[in-house]
Amino acid sequence: MSYLKPKFRHPNLPTNALGYTVADYEGSISTLCAGCGHDSISSAIINACFQSSLEPHKIAKLSGIGCSSKMPTYFLGKSHGFNSVHGRMPSVATGASLANRGLTYIGISGDGDTASIGMGQFVHLIRRNVNMTYIVANNGCYGLTKGQDSATADLGSVSKYGAVNPFDGIDLASLAMLQGAGFVGRSFSGDKEQLEPLIRAAMSHQGFAFIDVVSPCVTFNNHQGSTKSYAETRENLDAMPLDFVPMREEITTQYDPGTTQGVTLHDGSVIHLHKASHEYRTNDRTAALNAVQMATQEGRILTGLLFLDPNSQNLNQNLNIASKPLNELGKNELCPGSRVLNSINEGLR
Amino acid sequence: MKQIAGINDFVVKFANVNGTGSASANHLFAKSIFRMGIPVSPRNIFPSNIQGLPTWYEVRVSSKGYLGRRGGVDLMVCVNPQSMEKDVASVEPGGYFLFDNTKPLAPHLKRDDITYFGVPLTQMCMREYDTPRLQQLLKNVVYVGVLAALLDIEFPILKNLLNDQFKGKEKLISSNVHALEMGYQYATENFQCPLPIRLESGGNVAPHILESEHILMNGNTAVALGAIYGGATVAAWYPITPSTSVVDAFAKYAERMRIDPGTGKKNFAIVQAEDELAAIGMVIGAGWNGARAFTATSGPGLSLMSEFLGLAYFAELPAVLIDVQRSGPSTGMPTRSQQSDILAAAYASHGDTKHVLLFPATPRECFDMTVQAFDLAEQLQTPIIMMSDLDLGMNDWMSPPLEWDDDYQMQRGKVLDADGLEEAKDWGRYVDVDGDGICYRTLPGAHPDRGSYFTRGSSKNERAIYSESGDDYVQNVDRLVRKFETAKSYVPAPKTHPPIKVKKPKTKLNLGAVFFGTSASPAYEAVETLAEMGYGIDTMRIRAFPFHESLDQFIADHDRVFVIEQNRDGQMRQLIMNECQIAPSQLTSVLNYSGTPITARSIVRQILEALEAKSADVVSLHPETA
Ligand SMILES: Cc1ncc(C[n+]2csc(CCOP(=O)(O)OP(=O)(O)O)c2C)c(N)n1
Ligand code: SF4
Ligand SMILES: [Mg+2]
Repeated sequence: MSYLKPKFRHPNLPTNALGYTVADYEGSISTLCAGCGHDSISSAIINACFQSSLEPHKIAKLSGIGCSSKMPTYFLGKSHGFNSVHGRMPSVATGASLANRGLTYIGISGDGDTASIGMGQFVHLIRRNVNMTYIVANNGCYGLTKGQDSATADLGSVSKYGAVNPFDGIDLASLAMLQGAGFVGRSFSGDKEQLEPLIRAAMSHQGFAFIDVVSPCVTFNNHQGSTKSYAETRENLDAMPLDFVPMREEITTQYDPGTTQGVTLHDGSVIHLHKASHEYRTNDRTAALNAVQMATQEGRILTGLLFLDPNSQNLNQNLNIASKPLNELGKNELCPGSRVLNSINEGLR
Repeated sequence: MKQIAGINDFVVKFANVNGTGSASANHLFAKSIFRMGIPVSPRNIFPSNIQGLPTWYEVRVSSKGYLGRRGGVDLMVCVNPQSMEKDVASVEPGGYFLFDNTKPLAPHLKRDDITYFGVPLTQMCMREYDTPRLQQLLKNVVYVGVLAALLDIEFPILKNLLNDQFKGKEKLISSNVHALEMGYQYATENFQCPLPIRLESGGNVAPHILESEHILMNGNTAVALGAIYGGATVAAWYPITPSTSVVDAFAKYAERMRIDPGTGKKNFAIVQAEDELAAIGMVIGAGWNGARAFTATSGPGLSLMSEFLGLAYFAELPAVLIDVQRSGPSTGMPTRSQQSDILAAAYASHGDTKHVLLFPATPRECFDMTVQAFDLAEQLQTPIIMMSDLDLGMNDWMSPPLEWDDDYQMQRGKVLDADGLEEAKDWGRYVDVDGDGICYRTLPGAHPDRGSYFTRGSSKNERAIYSESGDDYVQNVDRLVRKFETAKSYVPAPKTHPPIKVKKPKTKLNLGAVFFGTSASPAYEAVETLAEMGYGIDTMRIRAFPFHESLDQFIADHDRVFVIEQNRDGQMRQLIMNECQIAPSQLTSVLNYSGTPITARSIVRQILEALEAKSADVVSLHPETA
């Protein structure tokens, strides 16, 4: 922090525990279509990081390719970002996280980027439990290439050009749960009351945290007949509200006994799930999968924290990698020197 | 019949069935010759199969220290009935054929210009050992015993090697020694030992070889050690022959040398990725974050990595890729050697891309160049591709010992840390402050409010702000050309040798030969042979791309230059033509792409053919030199 220069701030702008204002978490002006769901996700990320008082420069944001993957430009301007290649952000994030375990990683992807070209890397990212938050801005189509169906488009959804989708959609949240993800949530870009605490909780989770966010594409998939339009999503939303209380912060809200379920994350933060809206415990993977399945069958979109295992072991832990970030190791730690090499030579004679 | 004769100069080839344990016996044979101080180069020629198919092991012994393949076989050791017909036919006239005569030799396999040695290997082992496994394994050791008598291998050396190999397992040692003795005794009782071809410690071996303390190691192990010493901390890979043993060896050494003594935790990470796309993605992600990272692969993997290589080129991220080349696609000949990824690597990916390539020719160079690759990747902020091949990577090579300078400092290139960012007046990620095309990088997390930027391909301006302006694009990619020019002075320069004196020159032409990697050893041998025949040829061994200026000069200085390489299309010749403005007629290809490493004899033959065919119509542009 020693490099932080005091600078003039509007006296009325609220600051967080680090003294940052929300402006310190903003990025460049968005160039996405006005009304695009993705912009709401960007602002939810901005608010989430501001409220959780994360140091912006200690966050690294990575993405693949698509309108959604452009998002990192529009939030966290003080953070380094990496717009990688289509569907391959998971591998870049894996390497980055191995190289420096000291940063907080946030990955932004689209439904095309994740569920089609990037499906292989996505599944393996979950399997390895890379310590990051992975958000899919799910609009059921390829926005950037002008509206083709994506693999998450629901069966029977009608495209802008009138074609009826004949395939079952891939449900990324169920897939993530099946594959063993330790944190799985779903939300709607238009529901910031739920999305913001969900992102805050995900960023506190020490392991792979996945959030599938329905994020309507106003240009190509917001018409009648589309199952991922604003209207259709609002209509069918079955939202499970939650609050997030970060570690070291006092719980100030009073909940009526029996109305909430508290889940403590590894870093001491607490998620309060409002019990009225869910019937299963989030630590039960099978129950969570069932609940999602039931909702889908009834045409409802179940959103909220779907599943959580606060104790899952991430990649760096599983590989028993040194606590000091690998990118900080120097010659002394890495290079065995000439004496060792001479004895290796000796063994080769 | 005139038998082939000579001390410390011959080729022995073993014909085995794979999966029968022959490899370690054959290795024992080769290593014993090495321990006698005689230059030796063993080569495994194996199928893409785990058990049951023919496999060969060729051992070249050369007092002059020629380590490439010579061509031809003087002594064939055949324990595989499947391939016997072909094996008999491959022996040089006057040569020798050792075989298992438990079953009598078929009459049509009888040649009258070679000498046969029948040893009842199967029968002896059936009699001596009771389990089928032992019978199979020790059969191989018995023929090594026979060879010890026939070729005069020092018996104590063999015993010592077995002691080293089976340290502490007394029973194994004694059964192996017994098998050796059984073969040795059979040979001395039944054959005239030693043969006219034989070994002699010291003998006629060139003094400079006798004096140096050579080691015997394969290139992949040397690369792995280079990665350890070069400070690599992240390795991501997907298994593919012949590169697999690079990461295997890295893992082995890292487990020994990279465990934090205080915590027992690892100062490295190895990930077996889901495919090569992911492997290179991980390397690039780690490099972006400032760790030294590498992957190892072969042709098919290189193809899969090509999109990411383009991104890394344009986004200017360090990465080290070891390409251990093999023949063609997955159903090409995956266990056969070639140098056939040259163009695919040099121009890998979309758009205008060019990559820095390194061409090691010995294990020692594999080690040195791997260390250097990590420096170059960070100095030049770009992927560095090291072009090894199966022959170098997987076979044991006699090599000068690996050397390490304890004063070595990692060259991390132009990276601004927090202090640097404070000092830098007006930082921009892609501003060419120094005019060498290399700009100042920053790493994530370095400074609270300076130096952050969004890494992406080429739609950006000098300050890494999104831009689709044509001017910005052109400025950026032109700077990358400048950087590639700068790279010429960073990469290893080519090697030349003083010209060989030719007594009675048969040509007025000024001849040159250019080669690289595993083509070098047989090329040097061929050049010496040709000199004796009256053709003086100057040589240049290329060690890196972009090419050094001296390559242009070398080609300009010669009437005709042979480009010796191991692929069908003369890929290095094409790359030179493309990059050096050379007229195609100046460069003549000398090729081998059969999957087995090129031989000195084949190079000699091709050069003679080319000269006889064309020498009449080439006008010498240069004064005679001889
Ligand atoms: C290898 C490759 N193939 C195709 C493309 C073209 N492409 C760019 S974005 C995109 C689809 C993006 O869809 P999605 O991830 O859903 O993002 P959205 O634009 O909908 O937010 C495609 C196919 C590409 N960039 N790279
Ligand atoms: S095309 Fe669709 S996804 Fe892309 S920016 Fe516009 S609204 Fe958003
Ligand atoms: Mg989409």
